[in-house]
Amino acid sequence: MTDTIGIILICIGIAFDFLGVLGLIRLPDVYNRLQAATKCVTFGSMGILLGVIVMQGFTSFGFKALIGIVFIVLAAPTAAHAVARAAHRSRIPLANVSVVDKYEEDKELKDETLKEEVEV
Amino acid sequence: METKTKSRIIVFVAALLVWFALTDIKNYQEVLIGIAISLLVTFLTGHFLVTTEKTQHPVKRTIHFLFYILKFVWEMIKANLEVAYLVIHPMLPIKPGIVKIKTKLNKDSAITVLSNSITLTPGTLTVDVNKDKQELYIHWINVKTQDIDEATEEIGNRFEKTLTEVFE
Repeated sequence: MTDTIGIILICIGIAFDFLGVLGLIRLPDVYNRLQAATKCVTFGSMGILLGVIVMQGFTSFGFKALIGIVFIVLAAPTAAHAVARAAHRSRIPLANVSVVDKYEEDKELKDETLKEEVEV
Repeated sequence: METKTKSRIIVFVAALLVWFALTDIKNYQEVLIGIAISLLVTFLTGHFLVTTEKTQHPVKRTIHFLFYILKFVWEMIKANLEVAYLVIHPMLPIKPGIVKIKTKLNKDSAITVLSNSITLTPGTLTVDVNKDKQELYIHWINVKTQDIDEATEEIGNRFEKTLTEVFE
């Protein structure tokens, strides 16, 4: 019984991982791709590890999987933030379908004030 | 009790519990090594965990935190179904952009948890944080509004109230 539930969870995880990879291929720019990559891959990996926990029970093996889940939930969004910020700072443009970029506007303002300070 | 000492005690107990869960304990040697390693971890990093005194009662904070985790898992499932729909849809109905939202939180830990939650919930990804002005820059896959207050209402508010209870 626990084996069946575990395998179902692992299958759900693999399905979401697959959707994440599909998004990585189909979506237009780095920021949209990050969205698909972080959300689906985090959830998919969580599903796989949860399946392992259900199959193994609370042994030392299952607990390692649990710690894996905690680390993924903490690290994946942080890494996505770092990649997105780095991409924006190295001037990688948003896709053409994008409607607004408040970050760029604020950054330009900041650059101008910096220039003024240097001139003074 | 001094905050640093309290923080060290919490880290020591947590590290020891994790060690016990990770190892199949067969004899006393493993327990001794566990205590030694927990002490090492405590002396190196123990003072980072608790840095300020909280006003709320710990039990109340724990209940709010569990409630927050439930809410977070629900939002996460919704996020994944939404991204799955977008990815499978043949026309790719997206309207991306970077918007700005405000936050009332001002602790580092609280802002970290808020921005991580925003990243893992429907259609949003935290690009940068401006801590001085208490603003977050959010990449939104389907921009509904460009106004800062409406975007705050739409993106940040579902977590912010619970997080205020937990961290402030």
